[in-house]
Amino acid sequence: MRFRTESSPHIIPRHSVGGVMRQVLLALVPGTLAMTWFFGWGVLVNVVLAVLFAVALEATMVALRRRPVMATLSDNSAIVAAWLFALAVPPLTPVWVTLIGIAFAIIVAKHLYGGLGYNPFNPAMVGYVVVLISFPREMALWPAPETLPQMPLGLWQTLQTVLTGSLPAGMDWDAITRATPLDAVREGLVSGRTVSELTRSPVFGTFSETGWEWVGNFFLLGGLYLLFRRIIGWQIPLAVILGVAVPAGFFWMLDPDQFASPAFHVFSGAVILGAFFIATDPVSASTTPLGRLFYGAGIGLLIFVIRTWGGYPDAVAFAVLLMNMVAPTLDHLTRPRVYGHPRGGGPPPGDGPRTPNA
Amino acid sequence: MNPTLTEIIRDGLWNNNPGLVQLLGLCPLLAISGTVVNAIGLGIATTLTLLLSNVLVSLIRDHARPEIRIPVYVLIIASIVTAIELAMNAWFHGLYLILGIFIPLIVTNCAIIGRAEAFASRNPVPRAALDGLMMGLGFTGVLIALGALREVVGQGTLLDNAHLLFGEWGHALRIELFPSDSGFLLALLPPGAFMAMGLLIALKNWIDIRLEARAVRVTEPTPSPAESPGN
Repeated sequence: MRFRTESSPHIIPRHSVGGVMRQVLLALVPGTLAMTWFFGWGVLVNVVLAVLFAVALEATMVALRRRPVMATLSDNSAIVAAWLFALAVPPLTPVWVTLIGIAFAIIVAKHLYGGLGYNPFNPAMVGYVVVLISFPREMALWPAPETLPQMPLGLWQTLQTVLTGSLPAGMDWDAITRATPLDAVREGLVSGRTVSELTRSPVFGTFSETGWEWVGNFFLLGGLYLLFRRIIGWQIPLAVILGVAVPAGFFWMLDPDQFASPAFHVFSGAVILGAFFIATDPVSASTTPLGRLFYGAGIGLLIFVIRTWGGYPDAVAFAVLLMNMVAPTLDHLTRPRVYGHPRGGGPPPGDGPRTPNA
Repeated sequence: MNPTLTEIIRDGLWNNNPGLVQLLGLCPLLAISGTVVNAIGLGIATTLTLLLSNVLVSLIRDHARPEIRIPVYVLIIASIVTAIELAMNAWFHGLYLILGIFIPLIVTNCAIIGRAEAFASRNPVPRAALDGLMMGLGFTGVLIALGALREVVGQGTLLDNAHLLFGEWGHALRIELFPSDSGFLLALLPPGAFMAMGLLIALKNWIDIRLEARAVRVTEPTPSPAESPGN
């Protein structure tokens, strides 16, 4: 009798890269729709424009590098990066800002390093940080979730605003934009008011501002779907959220007037989106189970530290990029024990000559 | 074998450029290349230092004992830089204030001590002087390229503040390419300097590869149509 022998690999992964990225895109839909509901058509316009730019630039770069264009495009990674970038920037961001951010993400952060799988930094966050530090004025124009329904911008007006960079006649940036909850608390604390005073204002919901916390909830829904489908491990999201909540809770208990509550920190800004969708990027994150816990906790801690004492209101992008730098070292230090080998590598105990003391 | 004079010139300006190939003196190169005028100012100061230090080191090369040669070179370079700093303070005071600490820091620019040790201490004065001048011009060229790139992208101008260098008529040299409130701030920040530097090095390597490919094509001539069969 003859047994059929095959060469390795014997265990074939259940997901292709394109399939994983499709699931991530699916999981982003509820949060994106919630953002569109609270912040207007600009969110969708940004997503569409960013994806178009990203696919075009990815195709150009792949062609320049003389790689198969269609095969590379079908891994959908450019679409995911562009989508995350579009969610990070304010909804009425001018189109040239989106183009510059996406160009940096795809050309510099991804293809100059060798393409998908070789990029040490999360491309979407590199693109976002580039535009964030280069164009602080444009990046601060977040529409207020509750004023938008009073004077809604139609789809056509939104498109005009994004393409020309100026609002339709009769509208004023000051009327439709306002500080995000993180900005508001930050500025308020600087000017000597207390957290409870700030959060008593009617725009705040249970934990954070109403629009923001609902957006977070819908991203949480998508994230749980990814966990359930085993697209992402539980370690990074849990560690990021705890990494924010534990230090925030500690300082909040010390002085609730000077430090916002842990729930406010977790449900404001991009923590939920970052924990489930950005920090879990399979290329730039740590890959070992223990390493992922440290990686996520580091991101969470950095988010809290930069938000509280740093120069920017939110810090998910900076925290992710900083921990991207640490990820290879974490992987090296937290190598799991290979079955049959002692911890930390080396030959299995039964192999070769034994030392007398072993 | 000693390099010929042409080789010295070519090394300094291109093949062994201190900025693009040796990657020496990156600290002032990256910190001061925010605008073209700053770049020219620092470039001239560095070139003068290189020229004078190479001449002096070459003059004493037979008298300085090998054990203490490095401190001697550093003393010579520091004296030259101090003189240049005083001169700039006197005649280009505005520029001197902008360049600030980076003028005294020329002392620690490893391109200068590198040339003193690697070239000037082994070559006669004229060759050492030529080497210093060419290395300095190569460094200045990179500084100006980097400064132009960052100034155009970052604030949309060229030769801003030129009056600090050329006197009052320098105001006329300022070219505004687009309104500066929408400039690309990253280009003016330190990370932008590193990225622009990387792009310049990539460009240099790309040109080298193209030149090499062309040289190979020239030295291996394809059979001319007259010799090929069927003609």
